[in-house]
Amino acid sequence: MTPRRIHLAILLLAGLQSASAHAATVQIVIDKLVYMPADASAKVGDTVEWVNKDILAHTATARNGDWDVMIGPNKTARIVLKKAGAIDYYCKFHPNMKARLTVAP
Amino acid sequence: MLAKTISSIAALCLLTGAAFAQQKLTDPQIAHIAYTAGQIDIEAAKQALAKSKNKDVRAFANDMVRDHTAVNKQALALVKKLKVKPEDNATSQALTKQAAAKRAELAKLNGAAFDKAYVDNEVAYHKTVNNALETQLIPSASNAELKGLLQTGLKIFQGHEQHAEHVDAGLK
Repeated sequence: MTPRRIHLAILLLAGLQSASAHAATVQIVIDKLVYMPADASAKVGDTVEWVNKDILAHTATARNGDWDVMIGPNKTARIVLKKAGAIDYYCKFHPNMKARLTVAP
Repeated sequence: MLAKTISSIAALCLLTGAAFAQQKLTDPQIAHIAYTAGQIDIEAAKQALAKSKNKDVRAFANDMVRDHTAVNKQALALVKKLKVKPEDNATSQALTKQAAAKRAELAKLNGAAFDKAYVDNEVAYHKTVNNALETQLIPSASNAELKGLLQTGLKIFQGHEQHAEHVDAGLK
């Protein structure tokens, strides 16, 4: 590698590191058919993880069709947020379970 | 609202005869009724899986088998832990008898007619069971853990009721 290329590689690595340092993980717990918190906030690039403590499978299904995540019994499922917006979501299996995720740009 | 409540109560009385009105149910009886109600819905779902070709109806039936099996497994674990022996009773018997009659009625139907009748019955059945849970089983339960399980069960079955209504709306 030429010195210039090494320099570029370092810059790229630094860029990657700063990106991962900014991206957070937002955790939402599902317990007894309730998403907690029911109103969560995150940013584009963040990871949302749903931790299902129930003995039943649930989903986190965005009403606008952005995502549809299946979370098995006593399992955790994650997605990386790609779009901003206030997204209402629910469980397809138990539509009485409702929550909102507000994604800032 | 009042008329709706009265008709729900009337439906419940029809379903269970005088069983609920007679006396306060005991925990062993409540456990038996809750378990029986779950098994009935599993049987209904198995009939649907054997007969229906509709994708949404089959998905719903699979969800019912999965959820009610999980809840009943938890119920069995709890009664074992509490050393409660589920006790057969008039309400469980009335539920079982009514379910057998419904299964025989549905067995004669096919295709879209079966799908509609099955899903309609799922809406009505979950409504009746949820009513019984709210007005009879939960208030009568003495043990706190049994009461807690019934309360979670109520939330699950209210979810099923809404899910069944969504599937029903899609059949029209």
